[in-house]
Amino acid sequence: MRVGVVTFPGSLDDVDAQRAVTIGGHQAVALWHGDHDLRGVDAVVLPGGFSYGDYLRCGAISRFAPVMTEVVAAAGRGLPVLGICNGFQILCESHLLPGALVRNDHQKFVCRDQLLRIENNRTAWTSAYDEGAEITIVLKNGEGGFVADTETLDRLEGEGQVVARYLDLNPNGSLRDIAGITNARGNVVGLMPHPEHAVEALTGAGTDGLGFFTGLAAAAFS
Amino acid sequence: MPRVVVDVMPKPEILDPQGKAVLGALPRLGFSGVTEVRQGKRFELEVAGEVTDEVLAEVHQMAETLLSNPVIENFTVRVEAAG
Repeated sequence: MRVGVVTFPGSLDDVDAQRAVTIGGHQAVALWHGDHDLRGVDAVVLPGGFSYGDYLRCGAISRFAPVMTEVVAAAGRGLPVLGICNGFQILCESHLLPGALVRNDHQKFVCRDQLLRIENNRTAWTSAYDEGAEITIVLKNGEGGFVADTETLDRLEGEGQVVARYLDLNPNGSLRDIAGITNARGNVVGLMPHPEHAVEALTGAGTDGLGFFTGLAAAAFS
Repeated sequence: MPRVVVDVMPKPEILDPQGKAVLGALPRLGFSGVTEVRQGKRFELEVAGEVTDEVLAEVHQMAETLLSNPVIENFTVRVEAAG
């Protein structure tokens, strides 16, 4: 599959995401924030970083980048979209996912190997995992606290839209320990921790993140 | 030049870690008696021409779509006398 990785001004993890896509067995296609088309890709990754310097709110300016108009439209047609960290923030600001991400409750930037439980393996991005699988991948964020009103949280849990939950500790004050969510259709996934930093034994916290990239093909054709 | 001010505040039910940090710092600096701090943003928009109802309606739209995130923030719009 051809997987587009969008680079915004201030993206940090776009090259790691491209590398993870390649290691996952796909062709990485670089997309630019100013692009008006998605170059026919089969899926899109919005990488981590500090797009537009996190000015105003994280992801608030990126939401209006030309490429996002295309991503929002394509996501509506079922294109798999994975937003990691800043990408998750952009997905929430774009209203592709409910809720919002706010400053960590303890105020500090957090960087750690984070234990997660995969709660939903029926999304376009998590089919390589067993439901309930416990994985360790890198977490690094300053504004990773997932918040939403109680009604939205209940709906997310009731409909199985919580994709991953923090296990050993809650690193940022996310409500109900939520680390990642999906939309009703399961094609759009937002995740605060970074699977693209855990795809090679040489670096990072092992290879537990690789499944997010290898599972894509199976999900697309199921 | 007329000025329209948009104040954006975190919703009451949303935890405001920045406000909490300020609240924690005040007693350390010898300021007492403050029981709660909420931190928000203030936008000052210089408007060309008169501030009509249409202009205000447009500022409301700006506040809803860009200046605030309605999921976590409330906003108010007011016109400030030219100074």
